[in-house]
Amino acid sequence: MGSIFAFFAVIALVLIAFVGVSAGNMQYLFGVVIPYAAMIIFITGFIFRVLKWGSSPVPFCIPTTCGQQKSLPWIKQNKIDNPSTTIGVVVRMALEVLLFRSLFRNLKTQLSEGQRIVYGEAKWLWLAGLAFHWSFLIILVRHLRFFIQKVPVPIQMIEGLDSFLQIGAPLLYITDVVILSAVTYLFLRRVFMPQVRYISLPADYFPLFLILGIAATGVLMRYFFKVNVTGVKELAMGLVSFINPDAKLLEGIGVIFYIHLFLISIFFAYFPFSKLMHMGGVFMSPTRNMVNNSRMKRHINPWNYPVKVHTYDEYEDDFREKMKGAGIPVERE
Amino acid sequence: MAKFTAKPDELAKIDFRPPRTGWMDTPVEIKEHMFCHAAKPKELETVGFPNAHEWRPNDEDWKLPENWERTILEGMKDLLGKYRSFRLFMDICVRCGACADKCHFYIGTGDPKNMPVLRAELMRSVYRGNFTLAGKILRKIAGARDLTVNVLKEWWYYFYQCTECRRCSVFCPYGIDQAEITMMGRELTNLLGLNIGWIAGPVAACYMKGNHLGLEPHTITSSMEFFVDDIETITGIRVNPTFNRKGAEILFVTPSGDLFANPGTYTAMGYLMLFHELGLDYTWSTYASEGGNFGFFTTNEMAKRLNSKIYAEAKRLGVKWILGGECGHMWRIIHQYMDTWNGPADFLEAPVSPITGTRFDNAKATRMVHIAEFTADLIRHGKLKLDPSRNDHLKVTFHDSCNTSRGMGLLEEPRYIIKNACNHFYEMPEDTIREKTFCCGSGTGLNASENMELRLRGGFPRANAVKHVNEHHGVNMLANVCAIDRAALTTSMDYWVPGVSVCGVHELVGNVLVMKGEKERTQDLRLEPLPGKEGNE
Amino acid sequence: MKLYGGGKIITGLIIFFFLVTFPFFLNIGKVNAKPEPKIDTPEIQKLAEKKCIEPKAFMRAEHMKLLNDWRDFAVRNGQRLYVNSEEKQFTISLQNTCMHCHSNKKKFCDECHNYMAVKPYCWSCHIAPKEKES
Repeated sequence: MGSIFAFFAVIALVLIAFVGVSAGNMQYLFGVVIPYAAMIIFITGFIFRVLKWGSSPVPFCIPTTCGQQKSLPWIKQNKIDNPSTTIGVVVRMALEVLLFRSLFRNLKTQLSEGQRIVYGEAKWLWLAGLAFHWSFLIILVRHLRFFIQKVPVPIQMIEGLDSFLQIGAPLLYITDVVILSAVTYLFLRRVFMPQVRYISLPADYFPLFLILGIAATGVLMRYFFKVNVTGVKELAMGLVSFINPDAKLLEGIGVIFYIHLFLISIFFAYFPFSKLMHMGGVFMSPTRNMVNNSRMKRHINPWNYPVKVHTYDEYEDDFREKMKGAGIPVERE
Repeated sequence: MAKFTAKPDELAKIDFRPPRTGWMDTPVEIKEHMFCHAAKPKELETVGFPNAHEWRPNDEDWKLPENWERTILEGMKDLLGKYRSFRLFMDICVRCGACADKCHFYIGTGDPKNMPVLRAELMRSVYRGNFTLAGKILRKIAGARDLTVNVLKEWWYYFYQCTECRRCSVFCPYGIDQAEITMMGRELTNLLGLNIGWIAGPVAACYMKGNHLGLEPHTITSSMEFFVDDIETITGIRVNPTFNRKGAEILFVTPSGDLFANPGTYTAMGYLMLFHELGLDYTWSTYASEGGNFGFFTTNEMAKRLNSKIYAEAKRLGVKWILGGECGHMWRIIHQYMDTWNGPADFLEAPVSPITGTRFDNAKATRMVHIAEFTADLIRHGKLKLDPSRNDHLKVTFHDSCNTSRGMGLLEEPRYIIKNACNHFYEMPEDTIREKTFCCGSGTGLNASENMELRLRGGFPRANAVKHVNEHHGVNMLANVCAIDRAALTTSMDYWVPGVSVCGVHELVGNVLVMKGEKERTQDLRLEPLPGKEGNE
Repeated sequence: MKLYGGGKIITGLIIFFFLVTFPFFLNIGKVNAKPEPKIDTPEIQKLAEKKCIEPKAFMRAEHMKLLNDWRDFAVRNGQRLYVNSEEKQFTISLQNTCMHCHSNKKKFCDECHNYMAVKPYCWSCHIAPKEKES
């Protein structure tokens, strides 16, 4: 079972960090070496993957058109779902990337009694997907407070909004609740929907558990097993300004922080080799990012090559007598 | 092979429970009535395809050439370098499952490998195993597997169970288009001579004779004679089509199916009447006598080879621009491929309607106009005298073709024409039309007879929607703009929704077109009596 | 490696690179000031045993929770007496207990709070102690 394998893989990662730090005293490895390595793998791996995609051309203009084309002036074009201009494509892509427009279309197709196919709303996947991705982004942005000496006002505002409910102390972040629920939903649908379970690979469960682990350790750290948070910032600031932290600082931060950081490092190092690359890929999908203007403007295929064709002359040679008999004009009598 | 006899009631009992074994551990079962016969070697040789050989899909031994694995993997490498879509779609799927229940073949069969995501995984697993680091190291954990004979058979079975309709790509959050992956799959199977007869035959015929049906020039003119005679019987007017005429203003290209088989022939008659009434300076071609392109269902190169005839003939005849008839994949190709393959069409002029003066700016580079665009413009400008009451006995719905809706966006033009030609028009449920339209079930060269179960299962969602409007509004006519639809939907309707006929949009136009000097019409284009008009005789 | 549509791809990658690395550019070569909360107020100097109401480690980690509880005890339940882990009694009051010793909000509270960009909402009700600008 893919999910069990992935679950234990993440548990193993947690244990590695736990044992490494609490028994092996390898704070430097988990707090400095691995995060740097992960960052380097992430950035170079990501760039390499995108360049690899970029090295394959887009030979044909193949947008998936999801609305009325631009044709006669009195027919209303759907300028977003069937864009004929770059602006249309930009809007289409923005809606796709920011609001998951295509997923919003999702339907549930079911065969009901009397052999009728019925189509129902199916927005949960869209909602959970959107909630998860936006929470993730906000959490990432919030974490910038650990990496910037004087935290800029916009980041402070995001933090303020995220905790505006003023529940408990430290204040509860809404995104913490949302990301945990959304990821849990995304996991449960993989397990309980037979079709989705059937298509799921270990590589689908692993990132879910990894993210669940990251979020859970983060939550535990903030609300339950507190760590020396100014120490964490000192370490983080040291990392981004290439200042080696001293042993005392490293030892003064609780082990749960290192587990959190290790899972994040694994996440980023794993990123370029996995389906997580959909983050970069969504921008490059030719069915979405192209202008549907292929009859207005010739699209060039860089590897277009001459092909062997059956010419008219050959055709006429084959059928000249029959053509003449049928009164069809010919080139050569 | 036993004849396919299952009743609709049996076929509509679909089990959506996936098997107990994982899909990688469930070997493919090549089921009767679900696949097409193998291509004849002679037909593949006609167009120079490699490894043409005798084989049968349900035989254990497919007589694969030596080193076939290398051929496939090198072919994959080549395609990955040529198509960004392919490389990207191999990498970025997250298996969210949004596409799963969008495929007409999945809805109709319940076979999980017909979920677009899994159909793609059949290929992705081999891609991962051979082209990615994670797949090479982690193997099955990373969803990778080796290319074996069984995998190849699975590819063949399921890539010839996909009609490249692109419905999945509408719902995919990354726009992953299974059509692209199926195209690659078919490119690869063609490297090994594993094509199907229903595709290879038309391809060879089209290459040598100019059209899929293999109609020779004199056969084309003589079947056109039949149409002309019928039109005279119906209207008292003798129309006079020309062939291969140099100096005509417009070259008209339409799928050859409409010259040969009912009900497409009635659509062809509609064209003839319309052009005659307009006094259009146009010509047919016997060399470029095919708008469709079964080459598109084999390899990109073959598609280009067949398509080249249209521009070549337009150039030879010296026409100003090209008008194209009703067809689905033909229009995907003309809209998204033709200019790139065989352009630039600098020997043509930007199309202008000689009747209305409308410039078709949307076709200013490719210089080919869809007949629905052309006719809608005529009606809008009041250039046609129509008597829609002649279609009053029809309750019409419209089936969007996959290719014209999702690979072009031709949605309103045919509807505008139908609404002007008919007084009773009803849309099918919203989730089954326009960009969410369902395939007829027989596209991409799968409209053979030996795979009837597959076709009927694939056609089930479309038929179900027709049944809905049939029951609620008494719809009895399914209009469309595609030659394959006209053939395939007729079969599908007879099976699933008896009593619903199928027609092209221009058959409806031909019926209601009031021609100058015509006699009182008592028959429709099918030579059937027009209800309410019989008494006039 | 030839790129197709390279302009857009490179632009995208540069944006990506900047987004994921900008904290480095922001900080490199700068001196990072560490927070150093001061406990040298006259009141604390006067104490024989320099001990807060609970052990230092607990206060560091849990002061926010303790203050939050105190707020609830005092404001919502009218309870003004706090018994600590050593059975010693204290008046529940931010201003008269906590700030009595830690009268240097700027050098004590704000030092870490500003560093971590934490904005406790204590001072939206309480009046911050008046301090001389130093």
